[in-house]
Amino acid sequence: MQLLREPSPEMIQEQKLYTEMGMTDEEFDLVLKELGRLPNYTELGLFSVMWSEHCSYKNSKVLLKKFPVEGERVLQGPGEGAGIIDIDDEQAVVFKIESHNHPSAVEPYEGAATGVGGIIRDVFSMGARPIALMNSLRFGELRNPRVKYIFEGVVAGIAGYGNCIGIPTVGGEIQFDDCYEGNPLVNAMCVGLIDHKDIQKGQAKGIGNPVLYVGASTGRDGIHGATFASEELSEDSEAKRPAVQVGDPFMEKLLIEACLVAIKHPKLVGIQDMGAAGLTSSSAEMASKAGSGITMNLDHVPQREKGMTPYEMMLSESQERMLLVVEKGSEQEFIDIFEHWGLKAAIVGEVTDDHRLTLLHNGETVADVPVDALAEEAPVYHKPSKEPAYFKEFQAQEYRPKVENYSETLKTLLQQPTIASKEWVYEQYDHMVRTSTVVAPGSDAAVVRIRGTKKALAMTTDCNSRFIYLDPYEGGKLAVAEAARNIVASGAEPLGLTDCLNYGSPDKPEIFWQLERSTDGLSEACRELGTPVVGGNVSLYNETSKGAIYPTPVIGMVGLIHDTNHITTQAVKQAGDLVYFLGEVTPAFAGTELQKLQEGRIFGKAPVVDLKLEKKRHTEILDAIHKETTASVHDVSEGGFAASLTEKLFGTGLGAEVTLPSEDTLAASFSEGNANYIITVPAEKQEMFEEIITEAVLIGKVTEQPTLRINEKSGANLITESVASLEELWRGAIACAVKSKG
Amino acid sequence: MKFAVIMFPGSNCDLDMFHAIQDGIGEEVSYVWHNDTNLDEYDGVLLPGGFSYGDYLRAGAIAHFSPIMEAVKKAAAEGKPVLGVCNGFQVLLESGLLPGAMRRNENLHFICKNAALQVENTETMFTRSYAPGQEVIIPVAHGEGNYYCDEKTLAALKENNQIAFTYKQNQNGSVADIAGITNEAGNVLGMMPHPERAMETLLGSEDGKKLFESIVKEWKDKHAITT
Repeated sequence: MQLLREPSPEMIQEQKLYTEMGMTDEEFDLVLKELGRLPNYTELGLFSVMWSEHCSYKNSKVLLKKFPVEGERVLQGPGEGAGIIDIDDEQAVVFKIESHNHPSAVEPYEGAATGVGGIIRDVFSMGARPIALMNSLRFGELRNPRVKYIFEGVVAGIAGYGNCIGIPTVGGEIQFDDCYEGNPLVNAMCVGLIDHKDIQKGQAKGIGNPVLYVGASTGRDGIHGATFASEELSEDSEAKRPAVQVGDPFMEKLLIEACLVAIKHPKLVGIQDMGAAGLTSSSAEMASKAGSGITMNLDHVPQREKGMTPYEMMLSESQERMLLVVEKGSEQEFIDIFEHWGLKAAIVGEVTDDHRLTLLHNGETVADVPVDALAEEAPVYHKPSKEPAYFKEFQAQEYRPKVENYSETLKTLLQQPTIASKEWVYEQYDHMVRTSTVVAPGSDAAVVRIRGTKKALAMTTDCNSRFIYLDPYEGGKLAVAEAARNIVASGAEPLGLTDCLNYGSPDKPEIFWQLERSTDGLSEACRELGTPVVGGNVSLYNETSKGAIYPTPVIGMVGLIHDTNHITTQAVKQAGDLVYFLGEVTPAFAGTELQKLQEGRIFGKAPVVDLKLEKKRHTEILDAIHKETTASVHDVSEGGFAASLTEKLFGTGLGAEVTLPSEDTLAASFSEGNANYIITVPAEKQEMFEEIITEAVLIGKVTEQPTLRINEKSGANLITESVASLEELWRGAIACAVKSKG
Repeated sequence: MKFAVIMFPGSNCDLDMFHAIQDGIGEEVSYVWHNDTNLDEYDGVLLPGGFSYGDYLRAGAIAHFSPIMEAVKKAAAEGKPVLGVCNGFQVLLESGLLPGAMRRNENLHFICKNAALQVENTETMFTRSYAPGQEVIIPVAHGEGNYYCDEKTLAALKENNQIAFTYKQNQNGSVADIAGITNEAGNVLGMMPHPERAMETLLGSEDGKKLFESIVKEWKDKHAITT
């Protein structure tokens, strides 16, 4: 009997053992109130994981409420496994992003791999076929050997899982900054496709219906993973390695195929994956959402090891497991589906009407708690918020870098890992499997066509956390705007987004202020740009002894392309095409790559985002693309105009000669943060294009000769470089940094 | 012409292979589950890429014990075209239908990119529609594509014109830049690059199309003579 090994309810109270599970005195008192008695060790475990930030959003709920979650096309907003947006023809796109930061910090390969596995389950548990993976990664600077180890491990983990399971990893973004040194960010996004009629919900309806456990056996891995994810990383984190799960993509491949068959079965009632907090969250949430209860006999849970306690089984985060509720009498039909794919399916319980989660083990009741208390009634905190001193200081600072040699500065910028080609990374990802990837990693957004239609989906992940650190409100707006720019530049209409809010500890008022202000900025941008938030994830306590990460709310945005003919990339297409600049040249250098390069840190006032202008640009650019007047579109981002123009030439064998659109040469070359674009237009489309985008300024031409020539407004030559030599520097920088000893 | 796409647990390019046949060249095609044992109704057999059985133990090692493999061997012995791509190539090596073995890529990383290949032999039933010496762009996507065979085998491969494709730039450390080889009879082809991913210009290349067209052409010629 497990109680011999586990502390008694009285001991838990007297010795405050709940604090070891991350619970406060007040939270323990709340559990007492909910139960009307002392919880036993298993019950306390259930509460501690369900009330962790990771599962309950207790610290962020008040802020998440601000997000606009509705829209004409929204079929499912936040609250289910993933959000769903209509894409016409009775089809919909299903997507979500989720963090796996802390596991990746201590065990990069498995941490990243299981992050991918988890987000895929969220998507197919809605009934959707996963069609693409994206990610957003943050690491310390590549000069540190531990960072290199984490970087290589994370990339290999994403590749290992995604390649094996056969879902293409089509894009993503990576930034490097010292603040992520001990606390990397690994955010994985999955995009799926579904017919409206197949949409599933994770609900345990129908009293007496059996509860089926399918997939991998339950082991002792990942116990308390959700709690681990909700505290700061420290020297002891290494000791929490057992809280990191181990992934088996082969098992999950079989699970996808079997579940997608099961989902078509009319007798399926509900399905949910066992992600964070495993059996506990899946059972409690399914029952709570349906207004029912669940009784489970843990003796029937497939177990990888002998002698597992109820506590261990309920808190295990073993991967590749799903919970199904099916109509009574149809059990065998479902068991047969899973057996065909070589998978276990076990009846572990049934739906009840008592609104309780009741667990039996060895003939005894080992837990009996109200499901709503677990799933819905976690305490909600509005933490104190305080504007940090740095913010006021930054607001008053003017910053202008000094550049003497523009060619050398451009070359150095192109080699910064944040700007340099990520080829070393994405060549390790199978980005082509399922033969629908039209725009592979490396352009503004990835594009995946929808087979059998003329439609395609554009997708991007974005977040320039430097601007959010400087000014969470403006930076938050910019994160959404930047994602939308990338979607629009690919020829797609932005549909909506999923967000992954990565921050430091909300217990610190200055961090909570960052959360508060940036979610205000994100919300406003979502409203103005018509991109509702349909789901997401919050990852707090991203701190080490050296401090918090930059506030990093990663945006995963999806857009719809109605006709594959409109798919647009950033690369220039042919010599003779005209080069246009669309935007404003303003001297904005705070938070730029150039500032980081010259000063070794970032400071100053962040650029202000004009959302009305942003929206106007989107409409005009899409109009120009749809009327087939453009050859390529690229937004100006890290490294400014000079770096962005250069990127447009890579891989094309072509060159360009342009004249800067402003007398402020420095700002025209390297400022960042504005709604600026570089567009190329076939000469014969000049008139039509200029009618659509009247503000676009003709600045030059694409040339046959593969040379980059940038002239000052006065006409004097500023930069003349061979594209091939720039490309070599840009392409080789990351591989070189990884290989160098240091 | 009727093709079978063999599905092992863990195959993941089965869909791509299916559509290459159905949409790419407009021929008949069906999926065949690894537990089946008969391929008599099919005119050609396709072993797709992926990670059969998770590639646990060694890529392709477990799949070769699947019930369907006896039927694949029978089809090969009957002279039917058998094409193994990527993991399919690894399965053909493990089951002895082709000589040699695979090692991990030289850089120890998975590699996914478009690769330039040289068509070395246009006399096979898989390559007859290509021009002699033609250069084609066909994607690679593998972690274990570093083909190895001993010198004697390599000499025999050359002697019998069994090398069908080579890499213009060696991608993975393969002996003699080998990207694809046939058996001695010429009706079994194994290749690491994915022709089924090179069927449409929308996705970057349609250089793989001629491979499937070659198979159909050969079959139609043969069929015309025998009926």
